[in-house]
Amino acid sequence: MEKSTILSVDGLKTVFQTRHGYVDAINDITFTISQGETVAIVGESGSGKSVTALSIMKLLESSGQIASGQVLFNDMNLAELSDRKIRDIRGKQIAMIFQDPMSCLDPLYTIGDQIMEILKIHEDLTPAEADNRVLELLKLVGIPDGETRRNSYPHELSGGQRQRVMIAIALACRPNLLIADEPTTALDVTVQAQILGLLKQLQADFGTSIILVTHDLGVVAEMADRVIVVYSGTVVEQSGVHELFSKPEHPYTEALIRSIPRADTDRTAPLHIIRGSVPGLHEMPSGCRFHPRCDYATEICTQQEPPLFHLESDRSSRCWMKDGSLAKEFQHRLNTDNLDSRHPAPPNDAYTASKKEILLEVHNMQKHFPILKGILSRKVGAVKAVDGVSFEIFKGETLGLVGESGCGKSTTGRLILRLLDITDGEVKYGGINLAEFKGRQLKEQRKKMQIVFQDPYSSLNPRMTIGDIISEPLEIHRIASGSEKIRRAGELLEMVGLSSKDVYKFPHQFSGGQRQRIGIARALATEPELLVCDEAVSALDVSVQAQILNLLKKLQGELALSYLFISHDLNVVKYIADRICVMYLGKIVETADSETLFTNPTHPYTRALLSSVPVPDPTIKKERIILEGDVPNPAKPPSGCAFHTRCEHAKEICKSKIPEFKQMSLGHKVACHLIN
Amino acid sequence: MNPAPQINPGLPNTSIKQLSTKRIRLRKSLDETKRFIKTQKIGVISLSIIMLFILLAAFAPLIAPYDPIEQDRSAFMLAPTAAHIMGTDDLGRDIFSRIIFGARVSLLVGIATVAISMICGTILGVISGYFGKVIDMAIQRVMDAIMAIPPLILALFIAALLGPAIKNVIIALTIVNIPHFARITRGEMLRIKEMNYVEASRSAGSGALRIIAKHGIPNMMAPIIVIASLTFGQSIIAEASLSFLGIGTPPPNPSWGLMLSGASSYMENAPWMVLFPGLVLSIAVLAFNLLGDALRDFLDPKLN
Repeated sequence: MEKSTILSVDGLKTVFQTRHGYVDAINDITFTISQGETVAIVGESGSGKSVTALSIMKLLESSGQIASGQVLFNDMNLAELSDRKIRDIRGKQIAMIFQDPMSCLDPLYTIGDQIMEILKIHEDLTPAEADNRVLELLKLVGIPDGETRRNSYPHELSGGQRQRVMIAIALACRPNLLIADEPTTALDVTVQAQILGLLKQLQADFGTSIILVTHDLGVVAEMADRVIVVYSGTVVEQSGVHELFSKPEHPYTEALIRSIPRADTDRTAPLHIIRGSVPGLHEMPSGCRFHPRCDYATEICTQQEPPLFHLESDRSSRCWMKDGSLAKEFQHRLNTDNLDSRHPAPPNDAYTASKKEILLEVHNMQKHFPILKGILSRKVGAVKAVDGVSFEIFKGETLGLVGESGCGKSTTGRLILRLLDITDGEVKYGGINLAEFKGRQLKEQRKKMQIVFQDPYSSLNPRMTIGDIISEPLEIHRIASGSEKIRRAGELLEMVGLSSKDVYKFPHQFSGGQRQRIGIARALATEPELLVCDEAVSALDVSVQAQILNLLKKLQGELALSYLFISHDLNVVKYIADRICVMYLGKIVETADSETLFTNPTHPYTRALLSSVPVPDPTIKKERIILEGDVPNPAKPPSGCAFHTRCEHAKEICKSKIPEFKQMSLGHKVACHLIN
Repeated sequence: MNPAPQINPGLPNTSIKQLSTKRIRLRKSLDETKRFIKTQKIGVISLSIIMLFILLAAFAPLIAPYDPIEQDRSAFMLAPTAAHIMGTDDLGRDIFSRIIFGARVSLLVGIATVAISMICGTILGVISGYFGKVIDMAIQRVMDAIMAIPPLILALFIAALLGPAIKNVIIALTIVNIPHFARITRGEMLRIKEMNYVEASRSAGSGALRIIAKHGIPNMMAPIIVIASLTFGQSIIAEASLSFLGIGTPPPNPSWGLMLSGASSYMENAPWMVLFPGLVLSIAVLAFNLLGDALRDFLDPKLN
């Protein structure tokens, strides 16, 4: 049965007014979506995927406007509709879900009122009918006990629940089309799995079409029927989801798919990278916008912008390679280039050579943040952010620390660096208790341990030059000053793959990936032995993430560094870490080397976590363990095993007794009552 | 990928290094001045106006055509003429000369109040924000107490306590204005303290002083400059109020504020008595505000 097209976007172009004049945010975006279909718009940051979504709804901020093209919805051209008329469509026929459920709900109204609001705008219902609809909607999106929950304020709900409320608001008027802009990006993987499942089920029930805007190819593989890949504001490839992953037709798509670390990626080989970064809006390259980063680019790519070539089975690709008459041009490129040989293999793991020499030993480390109340700041309780954690890091190895937000993994990193003071327990560095270091000794010790942050924007002082930023540690420790200092900063920049001429520039002149390199250069300035990488690649686009991961591996080989790699992204940790600790609510629940952890996960939480990660391959349909609910409040952790409230195997003993760490095999330890 | 250069701590010759560092600094400040002139046209104009006022004030006896205090009974409230280009006031004194002499008091009060309250307020604010806890509590409660009293009454009280003198007017206005700076800088310090670059600096071993001086204050210049340019105009006006109440400039001596408040009752008959001091005051305040804006943009690396 041929399904009817409900939205067709044709040659959509949106421009933004900036200090430098008008720039194209998106150019010539064309696609259609049928009844009940999910179309994913995929791209990296700055590719124009969100602008496309906003343009369809005409929700652009005042500096942006649709320059040409049309958006046909039920025979109406939305691009030309007046504001008055489009308001009737927004929320009623096309609804939108945004990324951040924290800022999308008004903190002053109850969630019931906020769902009611949209019904009042669009539907002519009696108060009793509207009341019923609100309860119905809450039930539909899986918020139990709607009668009382409708009176909750947004701050009383968890992130996942808020996103459910957003979905309830979006679905209130049974729209034909739902635009979901990164709906799960701000959520933990176990909650993401819940929300994606909910969206799928609602789509099956109501036949809603979904435009899913995302950067996560795993989510795409999971959800989409068709995929539109955008790069620098243009569609570069359009294809069915299976064809896209099995045989990408555009070099960008191909490189993108190859650059994500997956569970089965070879750890010893470097990741495939896309060199450079996504161009800014006013530095658009000539010709094909991808050519400066493309491995196949030839003469014509630099000069002429390719049209969208239509291929078999309803696919299209914006690449000159698809032009039959130019096949010869590319033939030699395809033959002579063995892509793998371009990226040198990283040097052998220093870890294997000097294995078993302990660098850092953490024993029963605890950090309790007091909860204070009243004008006298009485202590009324404590958030046990880290609650008895023990592990060790060997020289030259990478220890991965994974867990969902709020599990205490970042606090653990900061405690080791003594950026926070320990409540109880001890951290031994090279056999000496870190708590004993004071004053000068502590300052000396700080040289040996450095940190790389998640956010490449807030981690560099915007008022300092790159040279000053990188050489600050040199100045603090009086290792170098004056021109010597700048020379060293230049050396460090070269080491992380930037130019030594960049020392006089300021942070805002660099892209996110480059800033992350600068952050790494600063961390390396004092020649540390241990680097704590706190979500060091989480804020980066996938193509850049691979560059940074390769850099970290290369540096580890060259400088014999040890890493504590903190991340929520299991596949990234799998790729970079030798051993992994899984944390839940301030405790480590499972430790194993990364192969073992992925092939033989034992703790129910680890198993659920691994099964929740979307795999960028639509042919794999994983058996998914959906965890109910959210991570409990760390101020009031559940008794006994902290995981028992969400564990499907929980028994009586789990509620009362804290499980001990049991050795499964060499280096594989699990804290669970169900293991014998 | 680049080959890894060897890292080894260098120990360069100290005497050569110091010399070259000095020279680099000099070159740098010259370059910066050139950049300011090139990029901040309005800033240069404002700065020239302020310099002009300061020169006028400094060489007032040489420039002023008349004695600012001497009364000429034959020339009451004369409209501007060639002899008196800005006219004369109700006691027959030349307004132009009084403005030039008045600039001494007004500019001194304005600039000194801004400078001292900015420095003291910022120091208190960053200490409060950085260290928190009891120190923060103590400083902020004192600031609250100062802010709770209407500023003019407080200034009046302090000035009355210390006796009538320009110095005491400045002290009074400084105390009144410190809380504004302390409040803003405390908030900014709290924000900056949480930034990753501060944490990176701490993990590299730096202490409180370095973090405040290198990371804290440079990143809060924008709001400080805004408050400073507002304070400048306000304190010139406040000086007038205090003088009017007999605590600032003693009566025959001119100040812009005093001229304004004295002239208000003659507005209908002799508008020039209000117009010229008012105009000069507005120009000075505007020049300071624009200079502040220019300085803020100049210091922001993103706008270069």
